[in-house]
Amino acid sequence: MSPPPTPPRASRAGLALFWVYVALYGGFMALVLARPDLVALRPFGGVNLAIVAGMGLIAAAFALAVVYMIARAGR
Amino acid sequence: MLHETSPAAIAIFAAFVAGVIGLSLWLGRKKQSAQDYYAAHGQIHWFVNGIAFAGDYLSAASFLGICGMIAFSGYDGFLYSIGFLAGWVVALFVIAEPIKELGTFTLADALDARFQSRGIKFAVAVSTLVVSLFYLIPQMVGAGSLITPLLGLPHAAGVVIVGVAVTLIVVTAGMVSTTWVQFIKGSLLVFFCAITTGLILNRGLVENTTSLAPQVRTIRPDGTVLVDGRMRTRDHDLRPVGTIARLPDRYAGQTATGPLRPLEYLSALQDSTVVTWTASKRVDAEGTHTTYSPVERKGADLLKPGGYFKGLTTGKLADRLDFASLMVALFCGTASLPHILIRYYTVKDAAAARKSTVVGIAAIGVFYVLTLYLGLGAMTSGALDPTDTNMAAPLLAKSFSTMLFAIISAIAFTTVLGTVSGLIMAGSGAVAHDLVANVMGVTMSDHEKVRCGKIAAVALGIVAMALGILFKNFNVSFLVGWAFNIAASANLPALVMLLFWPRTTKQGIAAAVIVGMAASLGWILLSADTFEKVYGLSRDLAPMPFSQPGLVTIPLGFLVLVVVSLLTPRPPSA
Repeated sequence: MSPPPTPPRASRAGLALFWVYVALYGGFMALVLARPDLVALRPFGGVNLAIVAGMGLIAAAFALAVVYMIARAGR
Repeated sequence: MLHETSPAAIAIFAAFVAGVIGLSLWLGRKKQSAQDYYAAHGQIHWFVNGIAFAGDYLSAASFLGICGMIAFSGYDGFLYSIGFLAGWVVALFVIAEPIKELGTFTLADALDARFQSRGIKFAVAVSTLVVSLFYLIPQMVGAGSLITPLLGLPHAAGVVIVGVAVTLIVVTAGMVSTTWVQFIKGSLLVFFCAITTGLILNRGLVENTTSLAPQVRTIRPDGTVLVDGRMRTRDHDLRPVGTIARLPDRYAGQTATGPLRPLEYLSALQDSTVVTWTASKRVDAEGTHTTYSPVERKGADLLKPGGYFKGLTTGKLADRLDFASLMVALFCGTASLPHILIRYYTVKDAAAARKSTVVGIAAIGVFYVLTLYLGLGAMTSGALDPTDTNMAAPLLAKSFSTMLFAIISAIAFTTVLGTVSGLIMAGSGAVAHDLVANVMGVTMSDHEKVRCGKIAAVALGIVAMALGILFKNFNVSFLVGWAFNIAASANLPALVMLLFWPRTTKQGIAAAVIVGMAASLGWILLSADTFEKVYGLSRDLAPMPFSQPGLVTIPLGFLVLVVVSLLTPRPPSA
């Protein structure tokens, strides 16, 4: 049996989106670690930044996932 | 607190168990091939698989643990949710499609696809078993500790019911029945969390200005319990807690806000004053006294980070590293969990793998947003048991109606069924397909492969029940965190490097898996958390600087893989 070819890699689109999310997630966690006082601020009126960013990270995961699905459709 | 059990909860749960076992028997009525048993013949629709991802992933720790953590400590439970969900991004963008294309039944198949190495198969099968076992213990112990307050049965009964039900689910139709049980569980969980959230928003926030006195619970050496110095009875027990002392100024003169929109709810809570309860312990000749004292806290303080992860406010370096390490492990762990990854073999191709992950992310993301409301709703429900964080969600449901309590209790219990069947399935593949067939080289016909898998599943079911009873008095909530750390440290470096570095050798992969697993496990066993919560020793005796190993042991796995690969001959295809 000949050795199978090099394993399939994740797509370029996938990797690009992965790094976008790493930046968002890492950025938020770094902010929480470095300046927990800042995430208690309420720049958008009622709700503090910690909640907005947390929900934003969940929404962003879904949004990027949909972008990826569309970008890879038909392959 | 003593909890009244509802016959309705038992009836609903019994109906659910009977239903899923009946469904499994029906699905298992035909003769199965190994393809059917281990991978549902790749015939599961991507949408069903996506919801099954949620049913597989959302364990009792996610549902009860996070609700409880938010109810008692505020925002920090949500940080867990964010980390748990973020891990799916790694799964979708990096791991999903290659794993689908490389493997057939197990994680070891995928990691070994290029090499045909028994060393890799052995290492990965062992890491699969270790990770699945750590994930399994809290599920089984959770089943036991939930059944008493929820259904009124003893601990062992809960463990045995779950163990037997799950073994039946797996043995009847393998991955097919496991998938459908997880699909049903995932749907029910999200649906009823949404209903409960609707009720929370409709109720809004209610002020309760009665003055609150501290309460003392004493557990005597003989096990009897006193409350405020008198014998505990149904009528004389700890009072439920979790109230709002003052609503925001804009509701001056009102005792309730009335229905609130989702963001309005959060902002109203931020501007309210909430009564939380602290516990302090004292031991003397009479027994262990725990005093629960009310503390008024600003909603704004409860909705910012630092309530549970103290390092975020005290600024101690070790605590901050511990937090960072946990968040890294959650991010890297999801895409390294064998019981999640085998779900990629149940769909037909890479496109279906992608689509089902997107559905999974949607369902899990919605669930985590809902748990934030469930946790905060419980915090202010006036129904919390100060002694038991895991009861927050069911008691919140009880504050609405006993029927909802029955449903949420039954769902909490079925949560365990879905996740445990996935874990047993992953373990069954690791034992029968990886260890017996591929490592030991036992030649089996297709039919024998299925039988071997089923025997492994029965054995694992028995092990699961034994562990659930053995670890009864053990604080198990943080074991899930261990599983994420070990999975990420053992499996992620191998997965990623196999995909991105052609120079990776079989020795490199086997070494990375073994070192990653041993290092993270060793670190955990020597950590302050384990010293305190498992061995009952002082935290200061622990040699490790912080408790979550991922920050160190995940990079260590990568380093070992690179060094060993460079020291061993280049693989033929590179």
